[in-house]
Amino acid sequence: MRAEKANNHTTAAHRCMRVLSTLALLSLAACGEPPWNNPNPPAQDDRLTYQSMMSPAPPKHLDPALSYATDESLFIMQIYEPPMSYHFLKRPYELIPGALESAPQVTYLDARGQPVEEDDAAVAFTRYTLRLRDDLRYQPHPAFARDEQGGPLYLFENAAQGAEFRQIPDFPVTGDRAVTANDYAYAIKRLADPVNASPMLGFMSQYIVGMKEFSERVAALPRGDWLDLDEYAMEGLEVVDDLTLTITIKGRYPQFVYWLAMPFFSPVAPEVDRFYHNPGFADRNLTLDWWPVGSGPFMMVKNDPNSEIVLERNPNYHEDFFPVEGAPGDLEAGNLDDAGKPVPFIDRAVFRLEKSGLSLWTKFMQGYYDRSGEVHSNTTGVFDQAFVVRPDGVEMSPELAEHNITMSPDVKPGLYYYGFNMRDPVVGGYTEEKRKLRQALQIAFLTEEYLNVFYKGNGIAAHNLIPPGIPGNLEGEAGINPYVYDWVDGEPRRKSIEYARQLLAEAGYPNGRDARTGEPLKIFIDVQSQAISNTSMNWIDRVFSDIGVQVEFRPADFNRTREKLLTGNTQIYSHGWLADYPDPENFLFLLHGPESPLECACDGANNSNYANEEYDALFREMRVLPPGPERDELVARMVELYRRDAVWLYAFYPKEIYLNNSWVHNNKRHGISKATLKYTRVDADERERMQTLWNQPVTWPLYAAVVLLLSLLLPGIVAYRRRQNATARHTGG
Amino acid sequence: MFAYIVRRLVYAIPILIGVNLLTFILFFVVNSPDDMAVSQLGQKYVTPEAVQAWKRKNGYDLPLFLNSQEQGAGALTETIFFTKSVKLFAFDFGRSESGRDITTDVSTRMWPSLAVALPTFVVGIWVNICVALMVVMFHATRLDRWAVFVFVALMSISYLFYIIGGQYLVAKTWKLVPISGFNGEIQPWKFLLLPVLVGVIAGIGAGARWYRTLFLEESNQDYVRTARAKGASEIRILFRHILPNALIPILTGVVVVIPSLFMGGLLIESFFGIPGLGSYMLDAINSQDFAIVRAMVFIGSILYIVGLILTDISYTWADPRLRLD
Repeated sequence: MRAEKANNHTTAAHRCMRVLSTLALLSLAACGEPPWNNPNPPAQDDRLTYQSMMSPAPPKHLDPALSYATDESLFIMQIYEPPMSYHFLKRPYELIPGALESAPQVTYLDARGQPVEEDDAAVAFTRYTLRLRDDLRYQPHPAFARDEQGGPLYLFENAAQGAEFRQIPDFPVTGDRAVTANDYAYAIKRLADPVNASPMLGFMSQYIVGMKEFSERVAALPRGDWLDLDEYAMEGLEVVDDLTLTITIKGRYPQFVYWLAMPFFSPVAPEVDRFYHNPGFADRNLTLDWWPVGSGPFMMVKNDPNSEIVLERNPNYHEDFFPVEGAPGDLEAGNLDDAGKPVPFIDRAVFRLEKSGLSLWTKFMQGYYDRSGEVHSNTTGVFDQAFVVRPDGVEMSPELAEHNITMSPDVKPGLYYYGFNMRDPVVGGYTEEKRKLRQALQIAFLTEEYLNVFYKGNGIAAHNLIPPGIPGNLEGEAGINPYVYDWVDGEPRRKSIEYARQLLAEAGYPNGRDARTGEPLKIFIDVQSQAISNTSMNWIDRVFSDIGVQVEFRPADFNRTREKLLTGNTQIYSHGWLADYPDPENFLFLLHGPESPLECACDGANNSNYANEEYDALFREMRVLPPGPERDELVARMVELYRRDAVWLYAFYPKEIYLNNSWVHNNKRHGISKATLKYTRVDADERERMQTLWNQPVTWPLYAAVVLLLSLLLPGIVAYRRRQNATARHTGG
Repeated sequence: MFAYIVRRLVYAIPILIGVNLLTFILFFVVNSPDDMAVSQLGQKYVTPEAVQAWKRKNGYDLPLFLNSQEQGAGALTETIFFTKSVKLFAFDFGRSESGRDITTDVSTRMWPSLAVALPTFVVGIWVNICVALMVVMFHATRLDRWAVFVFVALMSISYLFYIIGGQYLVAKTWKLVPISGFNGEIQPWKFLLLPVLVGVIAGIGAGARWYRTLFLEESNQDYVRTARAKGASEIRILFRHILPNALIPILTGVVVVIPSLFMGGLLIESFFGIPGLGSYMLDAINSQDFAIVRAMVFIGSILYIVGLILTDISYTWADPRLRLD
């Protein structure tokens, strides 16, 4: 009887085991051929796809009148063609014609509108004449679709009529047309239309003639579904013919040409604007802000900001080629291997939303993303695993080296800094004592150590407020800040702590105590809570304690910190600046007197409230000068004033490292322009081979899980059956 | 019952107004409309004119609660609170601060949320009940004591640990499923396996321990002893007697969350890249998008109220002695 029961148990166990094994095998079979962890859907055609990510959030605006963030440029700069562009390889950054046939023709005018010489004191206006290429053509789009009478096919009277169209690909008929000069003029009028709330309106109104008046005029007009801005003229804009446009600005502003390379000046076809103002379209997110329409190398075919954005090659894109010249070293680095070849190389680019650093990094290492980042390098969280920091730089970990991953370092044309408030009674002021106090603090702040400890060496200590790659930043001994560094053995060496103590004593704070009151010197640093950690606060506390100075931090959120800056209620503050264009003016204005928030009662950039008449005069002069030795001299003098007055506690140029899988080519980073996707080349065969090689599933845990489950269940089943079949027990008594 | 439901729905109106008022106050205590404008416009060249234009465009150029410029009712109606709140009650959630239509976004994003939350919920309850019943069957044995120990240990571990541990082992090391992502059209199950598994395992500790307590209380009742004395098997006692009688407290905790399944999970969706409503809410908080936060809190309140009404109705199904008057 007992043997029979045992047999029954064994049979049941075998049956269970068989069922579970079959289930496990079936599950494995359902997964199909490895790799099973591929997050990308199988290719539906043989078009070459670049696999990328948007991280950590989707873009907010894709309307060229609104978009002003780098992560948005990643998309719209592939779709639109502003008049000017940047050379992909050359450094320092070089401006080249984009949608234009050649660089804009510049004419200087006097107050009566008569042409005068460039250096004439009577110059009152500058006129830019833009001549477009004659082969620019918009992407196929339903806004250009025409009915039999030649009118717009998709023009609806009410929301119900177009209700079946939820996305742009839902429209069965598309059309296209050539890009005209009027489209560029229309785009500038959209900047001026207050309904669009463009961030450029206030700034550009200072320059473009008639922009402010145009803005006020259209603001007062009654609004229907759509206002045709073509019916209203802007004084500073003239459409000469289909391919020629003139823009007149007030006075001289040579940097205006850089703005022509920004998305704000991309063309917008009036019929596209009209199309997106169809009743009910905005309720389905059918707007220019979500479905851009341009003539660039790519067009948007899917926009789901919750998961992915897909760009495809624009069939109407004009002839374009990979550059045949580069910066010194590009040829040796292989950056010119594709010189002269037609671009774009890829047919499609998929940008998936990736919020978690671990997921992003894992997918990159598994080969499912071609690069480790697009706008942000996204390696910070996993940097320890990815790199080994050595005195002479960073080296890749063995895992990365095995994958033949390549690095693309990128020194951003920007700055992060802690600035002094020059109006503060303790650290501010322009006397010799105050300068010495600030210089002592600058010397004590060991920027290089700070960058090594907290940024893993990903930054360069700034001697200058102009970053590398931009005229005005000098290398070698000529480029050091002589108030903080000495040039020793061919490299800058920070002055000693003893010297800092001496400066502090000369400033009236011997051993960090006020010579008059005997009170210890205490400085206050305002920081954004998210931007600083306890460890870095401890580190800063320690370095200043070396000269006897106490530190107190006042962390707050972004809005409160901004309020303090606007009201001048700060002593030392943290801030950053990323250049709009590669000109020293775009950095030197950070200390221009009228830019002080306390002066302009606005969100000015001179948060240090630095006021130096000589600096301001130099700035005004430099701003209108063309590049050349005369301008370089002025820039050098302004940099000297910045160093002498010790306006910032410390500054560094942020450096990011982007990683590329071995099958991605033309990886040189461009710090300013994001219109570089057309140069990216991908070897799809190698990618597929590597993905399969790197992602063979490990199946033993599945079997182990089955065994574990059985080992938990079987004793229970056996115990249960034993209990059910047990006879009543004698309990004694 | 109908009268009861209508009464509960009427009671819901002041609750929703209160929730809306509280959300409004909490949000604007830390954020002024100017702060919102600056965060939406970026950090460069933000002029007072641009801030005003943004506020006008998005309807934040009115006073918060009281408009002293207006006469009569206009003093209350021409305010941000009134203009933004009234539309909510008509289920018009308006546009997010970045210009997207919130109703469209919510209706699109609720399905991925449900795709993760529903299987996690159903499988989770089933597993928890089975495990709890099994432990009850071996009550006062070594197995029971070990099970309680394991439950407490599982409860004590942070949810984040399950997520990151699951991603690290299953997706990164063993390469069995994608580490994150979602595709509603092609092989969606591939993306759901890991989040559901993580959700179920993370919930076993608390869930099974709670159910064990409920079942144990029932297992000491006279009717169980009677059933056992009549020779009913343990399985029959557990499933036919104990489980139905323990349903009321189980339903209290379970039915109320059913409507909220649409809202998704903040952590699971963010870490697994599920484009659902949980991550929608989190993104909105991070980007100070009051329009989305307000809409999501409102929807959440409604779903919670619906959940409570459903719970009451479910009591009448679980226990025929109960009547809703």
